[in-house]
Amino acid sequence: MNLMHERLKTVLYPLITFAVLLAVWEIAIRVFKVPNFILPTPVSVVQALYRGYVEGLYWQHFFFTLQSMLFGYLLGCTLAFMLGCLFAESRTFERMLYPFVVALQSMPKVALAPLIIVWFGFGIESKIVMVALVCFFPMFINTAMGLKHTNPALLDLMNAFSASRWHILTRIKIPSAAGHIFAGLQIAIVLGLIGAVVAEFVSSTKGLGHLINASAVNLETNTMFAALLSLAVLGILGSQVVRLLHAKVVFWDKQASSQAIVSE
Amino acid sequence: MSDILLQADKLAVTYTSTRGPVVALQDLSTRLHQGEFLSVLGPSGCGKSTLLKVVAGLLRPSGGSVTLAGAPITGPRPDVGIVFQQPTLLPWQTVLDNVLLPVRTLGMDLAAGRDKAMQLLKLVGLDKFARHYPNELSGGMQQRVGIARGIIHDPTLLLMDEPFAALDAMTREHMMLELQRIWMATGKSVVFITHSIPEAVFLSDRIAVLSARPGRTIREVEIDLPRPRTLATMADPRFTEICNELRALFTDLVKFD
Repeated sequence: MNLMHERLKTVLYPLITFAVLLAVWEIAIRVFKVPNFILPTPVSVVQALYRGYVEGLYWQHFFFTLQSMLFGYLLGCTLAFMLGCLFAESRTFERMLYPFVVALQSMPKVALAPLIIVWFGFGIESKIVMVALVCFFPMFINTAMGLKHTNPALLDLMNAFSASRWHILTRIKIPSAAGHIFAGLQIAIVLGLIGAVVAEFVSSTKGLGHLINASAVNLETNTMFAALLSLAVLGILGSQVVRLLHAKVVFWDKQASSQAIVSE
Repeated sequence: MSDILLQADKLAVTYTSTRGPVVALQDLSTRLHQGEFLSVLGPSGCGKSTLLKVVAGLLRPSGGSVTLAGAPITGPRPDVGIVFQQPTLLPWQTVLDNVLLPVRTLGMDLAAGRDKAMQLLKLVGLDKFARHYPNELSGGMQQRVGIARGIIHDPTLLLMDEPFAALDAMTREHMMLELQRIWMATGKSVVFITHSIPEAVFLSDRIAVLSARPGRTIREVEIDLPRPRTLATMADPRFTEICNELRALFTDLVKFD
């Protein structure tokens, strides 16, 4: 009974905040007579959303962004995971790459967006590459660091039991690093969405980022807000899926999965 | 007590650290007979664990030799089992799978290994916990899983590196009794590293006493207390006498420093 009460509160209280926010928004527009092209009323945003998703105009944009996000994320994270393993396992590889990793890491990847458009065109390919690029680094660093932080006693033990290098990597190091790896996946999904939107800003004919850009020209602020809300939904959906997977896969480390929520 | 299983002769290990070379072991000689329980007793930082790593084949000695069953140790061997101070279990595997780890790494028959693992879990009193995960177990239970894992592949030699050091005093006493029972049931030869005098006296057939760093054998003591030893043994005057002798030895050592 008490637990139910607590749960109700966790759902109810944010809703109260939301309602107050909407009210203040609506009242502010009426009192200060803010024109619609500066700040739309909540009602007109809902209208835009209705038109967009029920009449169907937004779906193509939504799926375009979702697709570039999904493929880019998978591509970037898979590559980063494999290279991260190589980096952690091979001292030579690490020595060869380390200075470049540090240099590239401190560079804002979104600044590469125009160049990527030049190389990969205006279509979805350039968006996928952009997302992959942005996802790569957090995943790469987290994988490599996680693997390198395996408990040395565990490695001694495995060596004493004549375990092969492959066995140690796949059965010991990777599960040990699972917490780090999932933290990387969590950061990558958030950054990936940013990458997708930036690439669409630079040049695109589709996508939620394009929708925002296009409606800015016509001062259709209600459409912009509708697109922003859609992006928020995409972002929340993405991180929730990763979070759920984290808790399911790394079932033995309950603390770590809750920490990742905070760190992200 | 006839055939010698393990023989260390003038063993020396030197580490290179940022402050120059560190001599961890020097001129260490000792031996272990088939089926014997040998404790290596010494102050902390005397290179006890270094000795264990050399015997486990994880570390190359810089001088002298160690032979196991007549052959020099050149790397990890399947006839050696090891138990560390921390249980170092895999948290993502069940107790049963943790015990089966050496069976997997050594490529032994898994079905037969499973039966053996269940027998061993019964021996350490954890057969009901085979499907549990390590974090559902207490420290003492985890260490018993570690012991079962150390002997699953039927090694002739079991190495134990302060396996009870991380446990509380009551669990420790209980584990001493347990270990004696397991040892008597399996007949393994054991090298047991410890810095606890009563623990060494209670468990061992023989104790090799190491000096402070660089570690070398300064004394070997045969423990002739009858087996099986019980908690009452610890109140035995002979037990106290041996403990006191050893303690006196360490007091001298500390003065020596």
